[in-house]
Amino acid sequence: MAQVSMTVNGKAASGEVEGRTLLSSFLRDQLKLTGTHVGCDTSQCGACVVHVDGVAVKSCTMLAAEADGAEVATIEGQANADGSLNVIQQAFQDHHGLQCGFCTPGMVMSAAALLKDNPKPSETEVREYLEGNICRCTGYHNIIKAIMAASGQDVGAIAAE
Amino acid sequence: MPKDGGIGASSKRREDVRFLTGVGNYTDDIDIHGQAHVFFLRSDVAHGTLNAVDTSAAEAMPGVVKVFTGADFEGVGSIPCGWQVTDKHGEVMQEPAHPVLAQGKVRHVGEPIAAVVAETLEQARDAAETINVDIAELPAVVDMKAALADGAPKVHDDLTSNLCYDWGFVEENKDAVNKAFEEAAHVTSLELVNNRLVANPMEPRVAVGDYSRGTDEHTLFTTSQNPHVIRLLMGAFVLGIPEHKLRVVAPDVGGGFGTKIFHYQEEAFVTFAAKACNRPVKWTSSRTEAFMSDAHGRDHVTKIELALDTDNNFTALRTDTHANMGAYLSTFAPSVPTWLHGTLMAGNYKTPLIYVNVKAVFTNTVPVDAYRGAGRPEATFQLERVVDKAARELGVDPIALRRQNFITEFPYATPVAVEYDTGDYHATMDKLEEMIDLSGFEARRKASEANGKLRGVGVNCYIEACGIAPSNLVGQLGARAGLYESATVRVNATGGLVVMTGSHSHGQGHETSFAQVVAEMIGIDENMVEIVHGDTSKVPMGMGTYGSRSIAVGGSAMVRATEKIINKAKKIASHLLEASESDIELKDGAFSVAGTDKSVAWGDVTLAAYVPHNYPLEDIEPGLEETAFYDPSNFTYPSGAYACEVEVDPDTGKVTIESFAAADDFGNIINPMIVTGQVHGGLAQGIGQALLENCAYDDNGQLLSGSYMDYAMPRADDLPMFDVDHSCQTPCTHNPLGVKGCGEAGAIGSPPAVVNAVVDALRSAGKDVTHIDMPLSPDRVWAAMQ
Repeated sequence: MAQVSMTVNGKAASGEVEGRTLLSSFLRDQLKLTGTHVGCDTSQCGACVVHVDGVAVKSCTMLAAEADGAEVATIEGQANADGSLNVIQQAFQDHHGLQCGFCTPGMVMSAAALLKDNPKPSETEVREYLEGNICRCTGYHNIIKAIMAASGQDVGAIAAE
Repeated sequence: MPKDGGIGASSKRREDVRFLTGVGNYTDDIDIHGQAHVFFLRSDVAHGTLNAVDTSAAEAMPGVVKVFTGADFEGVGSIPCGWQVTDKHGEVMQEPAHPVLAQGKVRHVGEPIAAVVAETLEQARDAAETINVDIAELPAVVDMKAALADGAPKVHDDLTSNLCYDWGFVEENKDAVNKAFEEAAHVTSLELVNNRLVANPMEPRVAVGDYSRGTDEHTLFTTSQNPHVIRLLMGAFVLGIPEHKLRVVAPDVGGGFGTKIFHYQEEAFVTFAAKACNRPVKWTSSRTEAFMSDAHGRDHVTKIELALDTDNNFTALRTDTHANMGAYLSTFAPSVPTWLHGTLMAGNYKTPLIYVNVKAVFTNTVPVDAYRGAGRPEATFQLERVVDKAARELGVDPIALRRQNFITEFPYATPVAVEYDTGDYHATMDKLEEMIDLSGFEARRKASEANGKLRGVGVNCYIEACGIAPSNLVGQLGARAGLYESATVRVNATGGLVVMTGSHSHGQGHETSFAQVVAEMIGIDENMVEIVHGDTSKVPMGMGTYGSRSIAVGGSAMVRATEKIINKAKKIASHLLEASESDIELKDGAFSVAGTDKSVAWGDVTLAAYVPHNYPLEDIEPGLEETAFYDPSNFTYPSGAYACEVEVDPDTGKVTIESFAAADDFGNIINPMIVTGQVHGGLAQGIGQALLENCAYDDNGQLLSGSYMDYAMPRADDLPMFDVDHSCQTPCTHNPLGVKGCGEAGAIGSPPAVVNAVVDALRSAGKDVTHIDMPLSPDRVWAAMQ
């Protein structure tokens, strides 16, 4: 067992982990931050995406020990300071970009990483960026709309619905 | 003008806030103090005799609480099947036992053999690796026709063969159908495969069992679409626990698509083990386990024949299908290729004579059951493919051939035993043609060809039967359950309402759309209505959510309960207003006396119900809570017309969806935004089936597509923006909301459009291609062109 310490959503967090403990397990099981979801075991689905030192990471593919000393951001820390939805979260609600909600935390975290690097992505760029985030409910249509709307673009032009 | 609330408004979903901020409550988020974890040791062979399971080493491993094998479940019931099909000879289907843990034999890869309960999941998994399983491997049967051959290995030794049933429908029509084929001017036939799929909701299944020794009460938290059904099946048939001692909770559930309807061994195991170990027991499926333990979908092999007269009228239809059941009968498996498939073979057409034969077959594969659409996609695919092929053979326009044969008068009794109440198939086709700019297609094709690509367009119709289902009818057809729905409406003293519904929301947004209905009926703000679902201790009864039934059946129960509330509230209001009850009107949340300015607010009436100082106590009881059960008198029949345009790269066979348009008739609509989203999701799954997804086994019954590395899920860059319209509305005539249901349409209607389009593209290059089996992967398309 090893001691790990990191900053999660701006707060200090630490715990004892086995060498094999994944960051996703540490967040969910020890810190009880259950908003980060695990939807597969092959690093394909992206439900577990968090930010580590500002970079989008599939937390099922990183050991908790590797995140020692890092700044970690999860879905629980994304809302505005007053508790209201941030721009991306609000766009997902406004454009019905989620149904069952299981892939949603990873989608929101990936969207945030995309818009940080590419503030006005095209539809094609959004689709290509989300290649590592699987959604089974929405057919992606409204997720694409939500992310483009969150970037300040007029989404009325990209689809009839 | 769009409404800002109530029926017809695109109200934003209230459930989104918790999902977007990471505070949803999915089953895997539930940890109970003192809980242990279970890991299932699953069979890695498809078929074998289980000689011995030695768990002694595992029992000595660190953290192990207890190790279970099939022997621990010898006194426990079999996982039950909820539907008994009677075959064409009047014999009931063959129905094998389905143990919680394998007993004597293993029959598919993934079947649980032993279960290790330990302090942590890692300890349970480590201990499971030390279990010594002695299996004498037997030849496996995977291919359905091989499974029915003389001398084929039997999946179940105590059954006479691998044939579950041989169903003919309608058997009395068979001779007339055959005669019509003999007299036909033209016959088009087609052999096709409806590929095996895995539903793959993004949340894997999870089950947590808890037991209170003090009260002898069991609790199961589970990822289910229908917790009351699980309570009945598991309590009554497997573990012998009465309903009043068994609580089943399905909290936030991350998608279902059918595969979370069924009662699974893991649910029974954790409930059983929680008592045996005297501590909570939790199981969380990995995705790999999901591929080999969640019920699969589809997997039909079909020959379909269409007979036409000299004027191109459809005169008869004949189909012969083999339907894979897998190794055991999952909860509703027998109903899918029969009553959810054969009854839809008329489609949108007035074909007078139809005969459907279905042979359901046991194989050494994971059980197959309902997946989004369940039987109706299989019916639609074969029918719309054969109609398209007939149009090509006859040299007529495929849309015109369809229109010529459309049913136009309603109600319409089909030759396959159902009665369509309403529909307007020309209207949805008109709308579709308006959406897709067919006149510009040739120019688009030329532009594609200039880029070295082939372009095709495919069109099809669909009809489905939703709002499942009239209980007395399905009882006659073999269902071992009623298919009503219930709702309880509880009005609180200060006027807020809690609606407890037996429907279950696992992505459909019921918490929002159901509240819109009740708010509209009373004339109050939607936020005064709370929807409660998914807990047998809170909701009196429920049959759950599947078959696009929630708003049509669950919503109707809610309407009936709300009507009872309004009737009682009017009695209270008439007392308060000193007026005749018949003169009381409810509008915008206030009761008034017709023709006067006397009124009393909703909140004053509800307060009077609980503080009955000035109240007609001699006539009615205090309180304001009502329950209704709604049993539908018919199915509902959503319908529509879909079109797909594709580009095919002739060098690689890669298909790209250029556009997809869907014109649906769902009857009345509660929340257009949610309905559109449901269609989008269905389209993605249907296009996924057509182009990407395939659950594959090798000849030994090894699962080849056991992870997202091998099973091609549709991803964001595989799909286009969709063009969706549901302005054609012929309201259902037999439920109070006039609704039909929208959850499955996209998955039902889209696969034939894609395949029709690809065939059209290849033929434009002079290729004599009439059919390619799904999924239309680049290698299959390329091979078809050579």
